[in-house]
Amino acid sequence: MNVSRRWLEAFLNRPLSVGDLVPRLAMLGLPADAVEPVNSQLAPVVVGQVVELTPHPNADRLSICQVDVGGGERRQVVTGAPNVALGARYPFAGLGVTLPNGLTLEKRKLRGEVSEGMLCSADELGLGHDHDGLMTLATDAPAGTPILEVLGLGDDRLVLDVSPMRGDLLGHKGIARELAASLKTPFRLPAVEGTDPAVGASIRRVESGSGLLAAGGALGSGLEIAVEPGSSCRRFTAAIIEGVKVGPSPEWLRRRLEAVGQRSINNLVDVTNYVMLELGQPLHAYDGARLRGGRLVARLASAGEKLATLDGTDRTLGPAMTVVADGAGAVGVAGVLGGRDSEVADGTTTVVLEAAFWDPAETRATRRALGIATEASQRFERGTDLWGLPDALRRAIALTLAVAGGRLVDAVDVWPVPSHPPRVFVRQQRVRQIVGIDLSLAAIEQTMVAIGATVLAKPDDGRLAVDVPGWRRDLTTEIDLVEEVVRVYGYDRLPDDLRPYRPGVQVDAPSELAAARVRKGLVAEGLFEVVLLPIGPATSDQAVPVLNPLSADHGFLRERLIPGLVRQVEANWAAQVRDVRLFEIGTAFRAETSRPAETTRVAAVVTGARAPAHWSDSGKTADVDWWDLKGLFERVISLANPGASVQVESGELVARLATGGVAGRAHLVSADAPPWAGPVFAFEVDLDPVAPAPVPFAPPPTVPASSRDLALVVPWSVAAEVVMAEMRKSGAGLLESVAVIDEYRGAGIAEGARSLAFRLVFRRREKTLKDNEVDSAVNRIRGALEKQLGVTLRN
Amino acid sequence: MEPTGYPELDALLPRLAVVGTLGPEALDAERIAILGRKQGALTALLKTLPDLEPDRRKSFGAAVNRVKQAFEAAFDQPAGGTTGPTTTTTGLDLTMPGRGRWIGAEHPVTRVTAEICDIFKSLGFAVAVGPDVEDEWMNFFALNFPTNHPALDAHDTLFLSDSGAECEGGRLVLRTHTSPVQIRVMQSGPPPYRVVIPGMVYRNDPFDPSHAPAFAQIEGLAVDEGIGMVDLKATLTHFVRRFFSATTAVRFRPSYFPFTEPSAELDIECQLCHGSGCPACKHSGWMEILGCGMVHPNVLANAGVDAEKYSGWAFGMGPGRVAMNRYGLPDIRYLYSGDMRLLRQLGGAGR
Repeated sequence: MNVSRRWLEAFLNRPLSVGDLVPRLAMLGLPADAVEPVNSQLAPVVVGQVVELTPHPNADRLSICQVDVGGGERRQVVTGAPNVALGARYPFAGLGVTLPNGLTLEKRKLRGEVSEGMLCSADELGLGHDHDGLMTLATDAPAGTPILEVLGLGDDRLVLDVSPMRGDLLGHKGIARELAASLKTPFRLPAVEGTDPAVGASIRRVESGSGLLAAGGALGSGLEIAVEPGSSCRRFTAAIIEGVKVGPSPEWLRRRLEAVGQRSINNLVDVTNYVMLELGQPLHAYDGARLRGGRLVARLASAGEKLATLDGTDRTLGPAMTVVADGAGAVGVAGVLGGRDSEVADGTTTVVLEAAFWDPAETRATRRALGIATEASQRFERGTDLWGLPDALRRAIALTLAVAGGRLVDAVDVWPVPSHPPRVFVRQQRVRQIVGIDLSLAAIEQTMVAIGATVLAKPDDGRLAVDVPGWRRDLTTEIDLVEEVVRVYGYDRLPDDLRPYRPGVQVDAPSELAAARVRKGLVAEGLFEVVLLPIGPATSDQAVPVLNPLSADHGFLRERLIPGLVRQVEANWAAQVRDVRLFEIGTAFRAETSRPAETTRVAAVVTGARAPAHWSDSGKTADVDWWDLKGLFERVISLANPGASVQVESGELVARLATGGVAGRAHLVSADAPPWAGPVFAFEVDLDPVAPAPVPFAPPPTVPASSRDLALVVPWSVAAEVVMAEMRKSGAGLLESVAVIDEYRGAGIAEGARSLAFRLVFRRREKTLKDNEVDSAVNRIRGALEKQLGVTLRN
Repeated sequence: MEPTGYPELDALLPRLAVVGTLGPEALDAERIAILGRKQGALTALLKTLPDLEPDRRKSFGAAVNRVKQAFEAAFDQPAGGTTGPTTTTTGLDLTMPGRGRWIGAEHPVTRVTAEICDIFKSLGFAVAVGPDVEDEWMNFFALNFPTNHPALDAHDTLFLSDSGAECEGGRLVLRTHTSPVQIRVMQSGPPPYRVVIPGMVYRNDPFDPSHAPAFAQIEGLAVDEGIGMVDLKATLTHFVRRFFSATTAVRFRPSYFPFTEPSAELDIECQLCHGSGCPACKHSGWMEILGCGMVHPNVLANAGVDAEKYSGWAFGMGPGRVAMNRYGLPDIRYLYSGDMRLLRQLGGAGR
């Protein structure tokens, strides 16, 4: 909502400064998105007084003026204006000033005489079309005073961010009311010269579906105003004015509209816009001569009904939309915008003014279906003042008569089902509960009166009966009134000392704790966390589609995290970055019959060097390989899904749960890789929110261990894991641990086998082992390996 | 030191030159090796003096003493006394780069979220989460959104189903805020409730410098008997002062949200200009940091909580926005980047 500071001043009858206005409005719930000075290009133009006037020696039509420009300064100006007079005051624009017409003033000579600036006409200042002569300033203001001040043109446009609940703040009156409550000052509708307060005093009320407007002007036989049931219309007021003369609007009206960024169209249209911006009630003006069939009716559109609207579009309407129609067809989309064929034009002499109430939700549905939003629909969908319609119509009638002449023929108010604004009760105790401070009933009542409510009774039970004002459709329950009380009281006046509280009885979500655990573990492994969009392109035909994505790139819920991570690897490659280590903890989605299933996953990609390059590696730092992946995978499984165990299945690592289910996989991934890139390894694991069970205490050993290294020839058909399992089994009791310490293949080892070296550590907890005890354990293991697996000692 | 002309002494001089490069352990070992009472090289030479001819004894003895004093001076030099890189003749040049290992870091938004959670945990809050897919009832109507109302415009919603047939709560949506979790928490048991709720939320927005179709949000909920707006103001002021700084100016101003009433917007003094006005704060000196308010009685009732007996407050904020301010990110899309150079930079410094 664009608001004019001076328009608000007219309501409050006192000067307002932007510096006070902006924070005050913000603290009332009306933050300003921007503040723009109006007519700022005229700011450097000042009052100049002609103190010497001589004819130009070389030109009959030119005069030379010595102009007092204030501050004891004088400028010589050569002018050709016929009306220049000694002692008179004119707008003076000095050198370097750029006028609204784009002209920048420079020092120049006119027929040999220097001119240092310009005395301006109204036209040159963009203040009128009179360019016959200089604009004479009827003022006593001293030379040098800015003309914005003298002419009252200085203004500021405040772009306010209005809450969707507050339709009443989409008019200057509503904002003035808020300010008046805050400043504790009265406010009133600004008087407009030439308006007759008595005009339209009696608008005929008709409490049925239709009423007749008396004949007038071009509407010889009268105009029936009708509201059909089922339409979105709740009340329809209209007036006929004949004998109007369409023309440009007077200066004051144009300035008001321009100050809030509206273009002046003509006097009739400007009046409807002015009343909308003043009272928040949109109006429409029809050319009476172009309404057909002697009727104006609010009804549902017929299927496929067409209308050429004011914005130059041919629209097809739907049967759920309400239109305003004349005897021949639709002339406007109710509450949204009017039709082209019935709009007022230069030749209009009879005007029909409409001020109606359209249902907010239906208006919203209609304008959304049409894909447009207008100044009118913005107000109707928030809710206008049902009970304020006659006042709005009267204001429009009075202004029309004042700026376009003519005679009010008749006015009618069709209100099929009259109603009262709701009555709401507010308890003092409830205010105390919600706000946390004590406010007296009197203070609460004061606030209610300040926002325009009528407080009907003060019962002894500590509550007030409040008849809410018609323009406040947002006030329907007690809590709405509590909010008004504390808002007007001022949030800034509430104390901010912590009071005692009961801690919550909820526990931290296990999945968040698990995520934090895994995150720390992977960061310690030298991986960076990323957060990627959970919606992206389809990764399979099972992916869950989003029905209304803005782009196909974001059309599906992701099924897995790895594809997004691989895209990031590719982006790094594109930036010549070879070493990439990323992980993400996020949600993956799977289609299910009722609704998509969600799982929290942790996924990672690693590629490039195993460690940062170091000179000791002679520039040949090894890349990450399967063993890095396996180590990382085992680490993450122990953190993220401790119930699972890592197994080897058909070329990848699989984390199997005790139930047989798969908790995650680790594998090589193919990517769009440049030749210099390393292999890309990835894993993805379900995050199990169950915290790992604590390991029970075992006393650390107190006796020394003995270790033996065994180099074995192991056929490829026998997995290392199987060899180690056999060692554990046959060494049971004394074998504490076994580790692979080397692999050798090549010369000296038979085809189809490799040599593996193991380090076996023996220990008996109670007593140090003797060498011969260890030797016999090793012999037992060797025997078992040979017998069970055909694995022999390498010689 | 100049050579002495005695080969057995001059052989020690290269070792004198590198005394200053030795670490504490090596220094002690070297001191013993040169000056030690039993095995010191110079001590051994001194012990030979009585056996020498008087002339030679005098000149050689003087030379040994000079070398001895030089070594003593070098050993007494405080550690790090030498300046500039010094190479060695012992094959150990400690100016060579050390061996590094890969470092990693949590995402900036994760860090901000964790800091927020930590502050609220210290105020008796627990962390709660909920699903990304909700139905319209949970996402909107339980939270008191009016049907067919402009308030819905602020939540451009991504839909997963277009009729309400699949479930009784209406169409399935990707949640537009974390607020449905409020309902879930309140349905899980009786008050008091004190939770913070981090999570991903979704909007039908383009992916451009200031929008993303999915982004992080965090909100909080406190419901109990006797909780008022003064508690909201006190707790959130306390939070802001701990999260930003103890002297940060704070302002609460009225606002509108369907699920709270009264509602407020919390502004803090602009972190760039500190109140004097700059383009980032639209010259207001203030920065909008979170929305909050008293939980609407309809929301309590929809979640099965007695709205006459209990009252409470809630807030919601965007940790991504905070992270952008903290790191000076000009484009929200950097928060969704896997660019190692950027992650290393953002991960390097903490707060």
